[in-house]
Parts: sequence; C-alpha cells; structure tokens
Amino acid sequence: MKNFKEKSMEILFLLCALASVFSVIVICVFLFANGVPAIKEVGFFDFIFGAKWKPSSNIFGIWPFIVGSVYVTAGAIIIGVPIGILTAVFMAKFCPQKLYKVLKPMIDLMAGIPSVVYGFFGLVVIVPIMKDMFGGSGKSVLTASILLGIMILPTIISVSESAIRAVPNSYYEGALALGATHERSVFFAMLPAAKSGILAGVILGVGRAIGETMAVIMVSGNKTKVPGSIFDGVRTLTSNIVTEMGYAADLHREVLIATAVVLFVFILIINLAFSVLKRRSE
Amino acid sequence: MEATNKQTLKQKLKSYSKSPLSLVLFLLVSLSTLITVSVIIFLLAYILIKGIPHITPELFAWEYNSENVSLMPALVNTILMTLVSLVIAAPLGIFSAIYLVEYAKRGNKVVEVIRITAETLSGIPSIVYGLFGYLLFVIACGWSYSILGGAVTLAIMILPLIMRTTEEALKSVPDSFREGSFGLGAGKLRTIFRIVLPSAVPGILSGVILAVGRIVGETAALMYTAGTVAGVPENLMGSGRTLSVHMYVLSSEALYMNQSYATAVVLLVVVLAINGISGLIAKKVSKA
Repeated sequence: MKNFKEKSMEILFLLCALASVFSVIVICVFLFANGVPAIKEVGFFDFIFGAKWKPSSNIFGIWPFIVGSVYVTAGAIIIGVPIGILTAVFMAKFCPQKLYKVLKPMIDLMAGIPSVVYGFFGLVVIVPIMKDMFGGSGKSVLTASILLGIMILPTIISVSESAIRAVPNSYYEGALALGATHERSVFFAMLPAAKSGILAGVILGVGRAIGETMAVIMVSGNKTKVPGSIFDGVRTLTSNIVTEMGYAADLHREVLIATAVVLFVFILIINLAFSVLKRRSE
Repeated sequence: MEATNKQTLKQKLKSYSKSPLSLVLFLLVSLSTLITVSVIIFLLAYILIKGIPHITPELFAWEYNSENVSLMPALVNTILMTLVSLVIAAPLGIFSAIYLVEYAKRGNKVVEVIRITAETLSGIPSIVYGLFGYLLFVIACGWSYSILGGAVTLAIMILPLIMRTTEEALKSVPDSFREGSFGLGAGKLRTIFRIVLPSAVPGILSGVILAVGRIVGETAALMYTAGTVAGVPENLMGSGRTLSVHMYVLSSEALYMNQSYATAVVLLVVVLAINGISGLIAKKVSKA
C-alpha cells in the first residue's frame, strides 16, 4: 500500500513535469496548423517578401513588418547594449558597497515595471520630445528604439553583471600585477573573459525587444509601409497581430496567425543561440 | 575581498594622467550608470507626480462608467485572474520542480527535454501566448472571451518561472535534512512534504510572488483571451479586463489622460509592492 502511494505520487510528479513539454507541443501544433495553410495560400515568397499589406484586397505581404521588427530591435540594441554593459561593469567592478545596495533594487524594479506603463511613458514623454525635435507625429522607428532600449536595460545589466562577476579574480589581479590600471584590467582582462555571458544577455535582450508588443504599439506610429528613415512610422510583427486581430476574419485572421508563426520561428532561433552560448559560458 | 590597497585621490589622478584611456573608461561607466539611474527615477517621478493628484474616490467606484472611468472592476478582475492562474500554475510548477530535483536521475533524457521546453516557454513573447490562447480557448473550446481562458493562458506563461524558482529553492535545502529524515525511517514522499518543502517555502513563495507580478503586468496575452469588457463578469466564463489591459485601453483612447496617469500610478504601486515583497522574502531566505 505504502509502496503504491509512493509510486503513484512519483508518476503524478512526472506528469506535472511533462506539462511544459505538452504545452510547447500544443502551442506549436495550434500555431502551425492554423498559420501554415495561410502561408501556402498566399504563397511563401509573396507572404514573407511581399512589400504590400492590403487586407481589404487580399494582399498579404509582411515584409514591412519584418523590416520594422528588425529596425526597431537593432535600434534598441544600439541604444541599450552599450549603456547596459557599461552599467553592468560599473555595478560589478566600480560600485561602492553602499551605492550597490541602492542600485541593485533599482535595476530589479526597472525589470518589474509593466510594459504598458513603459508604453504610456513613451507616449506622454518621448513622443512629444521627438515631435518637437524632428517634427511629424513623433511616433517613429527612433522613438520605439529608444523606448525598447530602455526596456531591455535591466535584462542586459543583470545578465552581464553576473557574467562579469563569474570571471575569476586572478584575471584581474594578474592584469594589475602587470601594471595595468584598475580600468584597463577590468576592460581588457575581465570583459573579454566574460564575452560569451555578456553576449547571452544581449541575445536575451533581442528576444525581449522582438517580442515586445504593447509598448511598441503605443509609440511606433503603426504605418504599414517599409520605413524610409528612422523618423518614419513603423509597424512590427507583434503590433500587426494586436492591431488587426480584433476585426480580422477568414484568410486575414489566418495570415495574422501566420505572422505569429514567423515571430515564433524568430524567437526559437534566438532561444537556440542563447542556450548554446549559455552552455559555452558555463 | 578586492581592492585591499586603497589609493588616495591624488594617486588616482596621477595614474589617470599617465593613462588617459583609463580616465575615459571610468567616465564612460559612470556616465552610463548615471543615464540608467536617471531614466528610471525620471520615469517613476514623472508618473507619480502627474498621477497622484488625480487619484480620486470616483476612480475606485464599484461600477465602471464613462464618467468615473473607475478602475475598481479592473482591479477585481486582476485579483481573480491572478488567483485562477496561480491555482493552475503553482501546483504544476512546484510538482514539476519536485520531480526534477528529488526524483530525476542525473543524465536522464526526459529531464533534458523538460528543461529545454521550459526554456523555450519562457522565451515565447506574450502576444504569441495570446494568439495561442485565442485559438485554443476562444475558437477551439468555444469559450469566447473569458477570465478562465485568460487565466489558463497566463498559467502556461508563468509555469517556467515557478518551476525555475522552486527548483532553486529545493536545491538549496541541504541533503542532510533528507538523510536525517530517511534515517528516522520516513519514506521519500513524507520526506518531501514534511521536511524538504517546508524548508523551501520562502524560496518558492518569492518565485510565486514574482509570477504574480508578471500576471498583473501582462497585457498582450489577455487582449484576445480575456477580452476588454470593463466590468466584473458574473462567473469565470465571462470577459473582463485586468488593470494592465484597462490601462492600455485608456491610454489608446486618449480621452481620459488624467485618469490614465492615476491608473498608471495604481498599477505601478501594485507591481512595485509585489516585487518588494518578493525581494524581502528572498533576502530572508539568503540570510537564513
């Protein structure tokens, strides 16, 4: 009897553990089963590389949104990564203990702020500033990049910081002993050693930026054309789904699901890169 | 631990004059940190200053209408959503972690698969969860927009978070606890429930609270699963919007700017309080 109970609970635990495997399978099945037929119907090349999106006349090309997502993410990386990594360096190697006790909770807090609040902040602060400086509506690739750059900061900072802290102190001491200053030791001996961990943080940030929806929708201007400059409005893969899902029907709806499939594939590639890097840094 | 030999300011300046690059690097890291800190302080201060004057009793009226723009129904929905999601995700996540830590043998292929899928789950963007929930619950199950559909979607989303934190909490329980319990003749199950889980409670709790933070802040996954109705539904099969969705709808309508600010303040305070509590508990754990 007791043995039976032990065994059955073990099986229950195993079943629970398999829930995540089951979820991933169900998510894949539902997305691909609903999205892939639409891609076939539109035609793979017309769908991915089509530059026109006109649901009313059944023209579904998501190229502008792919480009939009890539632009916005690249912008976020250009803005967020240098600041993030340098802040991480400061926190790991320059920060006095007392300051650290204030800084660390602040970064954690930044990670906890909901994306709608970031979006709202972008809408009421960054958009008007952009409007004054560059004219237009103020909603553009640049605005979205700045906001996303801010949003990925906490991710990049905390992953990079732990990567830098994981470098053995002997690297630092060795560099000091050779006559390098504190700064040079940190930047030229420790940072290269923490390279793959930092890169993993950057990739995690890329995943965040590509997947972010609500904040981007609020500040990106939502234009269905490939943006000509960084001051043009833009629509990303994620915002395309949210904007049109409310009223889409039939093929239009399936195409939106197919958009999610494309996004999902992007994310899977990014995740794969992340876990490969993480394994390597361990 | 490091920097045992303290430099005076004068020595430091002297070494900078020898190596200007070091000074530049130092200024760069300081400047970056300054930017990060000022952005976060500015964001918080801006929303708090703009929002707090507009927090009025009407904002907390029980019924929503276009005059009072009350956030109370959204707050109630948020609590409902959180409870239902946790009821589903917490046992699943905790039991999964128990399997991974207490039962799985090292190098087990199943464990590898579980870890990879959990990692995959935690990387999926929330809008993809939203679409999946829409396809499964709204279309395939025919529930239409409902709190339950939204809650199950969110439960899948927070599952990896609860799994990971519980795993860490269980791992930090010393093996001597388990050995002691076995030595006294307790079975594996009794050891887990009477000895290991109670000592891991604070760690598990801080993970669960973090998950609550994710639920409260989530918008994209709920728009097309729980819908955007601005009232409290009669039962779990009804549609209702949570505080974050409410916030999004308000700010995209752009009619109620003052109320938007006030709602943002409430949302911020709720999320920050949740994170604070989680951090506090986690700190207690690391001290103990």
